[in-house]
Amino acid sequence: MSTVTEAFALVLQTDVLLAILLASIYGLVVGSLPGLSATMATALLVPVTFYLSPIAAVATIIAASAMAIFSGDIPGALLRIPGTPASAAYTDEAYAMTRKGQPELALGICVWFSALGGIAGTLSLMILAPPLAEMALSFSTYEYFWLAFLGLMCATLVARSSPVKAIASMLLGLLVSCIGIENPAGTPRFTFGVTDLLGGIEPIPALVGVFAVSEVMRAMLNPEPPKLPYRRFGSILKGQLELTRTYVKPQVRGNTVGIIIGVLPGAGADMAAWVSYSMSKRLSKEPEKFGTGHPEGLIEAGASNNASLASGWVPSLLFGIPGDTITAIAIGVLYMKGLNPGPTLFTERASSMYALYIIFIIANILMIPLGIAMIRVASLVLRAPRASVMPIIVLLCAVGAFATGNNLFAVLTVAAFGVIGYVMERNGYPVAAMVLGIVMGTMVEQNLVTSLIKSDGNILPFFSRPVAAVLAAMTIAALLWPIGVRLRSWRPRSAPSA
Amino acid sequence: MAQRYTRRKLLLGGAATGAAATLGFPYVQAQGAWPNRPVTIICPWSAGGGTDATARIVAAVLEKELKQPFNVVNRTGGSGVVGHAAIATAQPDGYNIGIITVEISMMHWQGLTEFKPDSYTPLALMNEDPPGIQVNASSPYKTVRELADAIKAAAPGKMKASGTGQGGIWHLALVGWLTAMGLRPDHVAWVPLNGAAPAMQDLAAGGLDLVTCSVPEARAIIEAGKARSLAVMAAERNPAFKDVPTLKEAMGIDYTTGAWRGFAAPKGLPADIANLLTAAFKKVNEAAEFRDFMASRGFGVRWADGPGFAKFMDDGNRAMGVAMKAAGLAKG
Repeated sequence: MSTVTEAFALVLQTDVLLAILLASIYGLVVGSLPGLSATMATALLVPVTFYLSPIAAVATIIAASAMAIFSGDIPGALLRIPGTPASAAYTDEAYAMTRKGQPELALGICVWFSALGGIAGTLSLMILAPPLAEMALSFSTYEYFWLAFLGLMCATLVARSSPVKAIASMLLGLLVSCIGIENPAGTPRFTFGVTDLLGGIEPIPALVGVFAVSEVMRAMLNPEPPKLPYRRFGSILKGQLELTRTYVKPQVRGNTVGIIIGVLPGAGADMAAWVSYSMSKRLSKEPEKFGTGHPEGLIEAGASNNASLASGWVPSLLFGIPGDTITAIAIGVLYMKGLNPGPTLFTERASSMYALYIIFIIANILMIPLGIAMIRVASLVLRAPRASVMPIIVLLCAVGAFATGNNLFAVLTVAAFGVIGYVMERNGYPVAAMVLGIVMGTMVEQNLVTSLIKSDGNILPFFSRPVAAVLAAMTIAALLWPIGVRLRSWRPRSAPSA
Repeated sequence: MAQRYTRRKLLLGGAATGAAATLGFPYVQAQGAWPNRPVTIICPWSAGGGTDATARIVAAVLEKELKQPFNVVNRTGGSGVVGHAAIATAQPDGYNIGIITVEISMMHWQGLTEFKPDSYTPLALMNEDPPGIQVNASSPYKTVRELADAIKAAAPGKMKASGTGQGGIWHLALVGWLTAMGLRPDHVAWVPLNGAAPAMQDLAAGGLDLVTCSVPEARAIIEAGKARSLAVMAAERNPAFKDVPTLKEAMGIDYTTGAWRGFAAPKGLPADIANLLTAAFKKVNEAAEFRDFMASRGFGVRWADGPGFAKFMDDGNRAMGVAMKAAGLAKG
C-alpha cells in the first residue's frame, strides 16, 4: 500500500501535473494535423525531456502519445483526412457520419471510447503485464508472418468497393513496400539509382498523399457540396452512455484485440485499428450498415487503437523491446532517466511503476475534457469556406511531410501519392487498402523470409508451432470464408438448372 | 544574461589571440568571426534514436561552451545515405556540421554512395559500442569457447545468428569473428532482422542460436534473465558487464570492431574553426553531463581528435572492406 501512496506522491507534483497538461495539449494539436503522427509528436518531445524529472519526462510521452492517437480522428471525421495512420481504418466511416449530420456523435465516439480503451489498456498493463510479456516473447517470426498476413486480409473488409478492386489496391501497396534497401536481402530494389528511394516509401507521406491531397484535388474539381446546415455543435458526450450500453460486445472485443496486438512488438496501434474495424464488420449483426456512418466499427476500432497504446508498454517496460515506434522512443527516455526497463523496474522501483499507471489513467481521463475542447475548436473547420480550408490543408501536408525527415523528397512523395490516390478513388479503388499494403508489406516479407532462412526453407514450422498453427488456421479460414459463402448460396440456384 | 553580454563586450575590445581560442575559452571565440550565429548539426538518423539522442546531448553542452545555439536537424532517408551526403556537401563554413556513424565506412563498399570517411573534415570521435556475443539463457554453451567449438562442429548454415539486417554492422562483426576463427563467413547463417531489439526478442523466443549486437542493446533482455552475454569483441571489458570477457581473453582471438559515432564537417573546413570545434568537443566529452548521459544509456565513451578520428575511420574502413568482400556484400 505504501508504494501506491508513494506513487501518488510522485505524480502529484506541480511539475508532473503541469507536464501532463502541456504535453496533452501539444499531443492534441500535433495529432490533429495531417502528416504529423503520434510518433513524431513523441520524438519531438525527447529534447524537452532532458530537462524534466524522470516521472515528468515519462508523463509527457504518455500524455502526448495518447492524445495524438485520439486527435488523429478529428480531421478524419471532419474532412476525411486521417491525422495518423491509426485513424485511417475508420476514416470513411467517421466522415460518413459527419455527412449524415452527426459530426458531434462521431467525434464523441472517438473521444469517449478512446478514453475507455486507454483505461482498459492501462488495466491490462497493471494486472497482466508479466503474463502478457511472456506471451509476446513466445512470438517468433513464424507467428508474426501469420499475424501480418491476417492484417493484409483486412483490406477486402474495410473497403466498400468490390473485393477484387480492394485486393488490387492492396497489391499495389505491397509493390510500393518493396521499394528500397530495407528488405531481408539488404539489396536496393526499384530505386533506379535514386538515393532517396533507398529508404523506401514511408507510410506517413503516402497516407497523407492518398487521403489529404487527393481529397483537395477532388474538391477543386467538384462543385462545393451543399453546406451542412449550420448549427452549434450539440453535446458531444450525449448518447455516449447509451452507445456504451448498446455496444458492449464490440467494445470488449476492441479492447481485447487492441491489448493483444499492442503487446506484440512491432504491431502497434495502426494494425490494432485495422484488425478491429474489419473484425467488427465481419462479426456484426448489421454488416451492411458499415461505411454508411454506423457507430459500431468506430467504437470497436477507436477503443482498440488506444488500448494497444497502453499495452504496448508491457514488453518495453519488462524487456526493453519496443511494442511500437512510440515506445521505442520512450525506452530511450527511460534509460536516460535511470528507469531502466527490466523486471527490476517492477520490484525495486515499484513506486515509479505505479506512478506510470496513475499517469496513464490521468491522461485518459483528461482526454475527455481536453478532447471536447479540441473538437469544438476544430469544428469551426466545417463552417469555413472550402476555398480557404483546402490550401491550408495542402500547406500543412507539405510542412508535415518535410518535418518527418527535413527532406524534400517526402514532400514529392506526398504529391505523387496525391495523384495516385485521386486516380484510384476516381476509378473505385479504395486507397485505404493500398495504405494497408504499404504498412503491412514489409512485415509480411520480412517475417516470411527470415522464417524460411531459420528453418532452412522448410515450411513445416509455420504450422507445427502451437501459436503459429492457431494463427494459420484463422488465416486460412478467413481466406476460405468467402468461397464457402459463395458455394452455399450458389448451390440451390444451380441445382434446378443442372 | 546581462553579465554575459558585458563580458563579451569587454572582450570585444580586448586583443585575444588565436592561441587562447584553441585553449577553448568560449568568450574569446565570441569576438572572432566564428561562431556568431547558430550552428546546424545534421543527424542522418531519425529523431528519438540513439544517434539523435547523442547529437542532442552534445548540442546542449556545446551550446554552453560556445554560447551559440546548436540545432540538431534530422535529415533522414535512404538508410542514412541522405543525411551523410548532406553533411559532406554542406558549406564548409563551420555553421554546418554533422554526426556521422559507422555506416559511412560501409555504404560506399556496397556502391550505395560515393561518400567515404575521407569525404569529411573529421572533428571528434565521441562513442564506440563493441558487439557482444549473446545466447539464450537456456543455451548449453556457458563460455564463448564452447560456443565456438559447437559452431566449428556444426554443418555450415546450421547455426543461425542475427542482430540487424543483411550487411549491417553486427552482421559484419559476426563475419569478422568467423573469419578470425578460420571459418567461412557464411558458416553461421545470418537471419536479417530489423535491428537488435527484434533479434534479442527472437533469441529469447528460441528462434536463434546467437545474437551479435552491442551490449547496451542486449542489456534489458540479459537483465531479465532471458539471455547471456558470452564475450565482447573489444579491447577492454564493458564496465557495466565486468564478468563478460573480451574475445582475446576468452579465446586469444584479437578481433575487435564496433559501431561508432563521431562529429565531422564538410571537407575544406578552415583549420582554425576545426581546431576550435575539436577543442569544444573535447570539453563536451569530458563534461559530467555528457558522461552521465552516455552511462545512463549504456553507450561507451571514446575520444579521438580530428587526426585520431581520421586514422580510426581509415583503419575501420579498410577492415570493413575486407569483411564485406569476404561476405560477398561489396560491389566490384
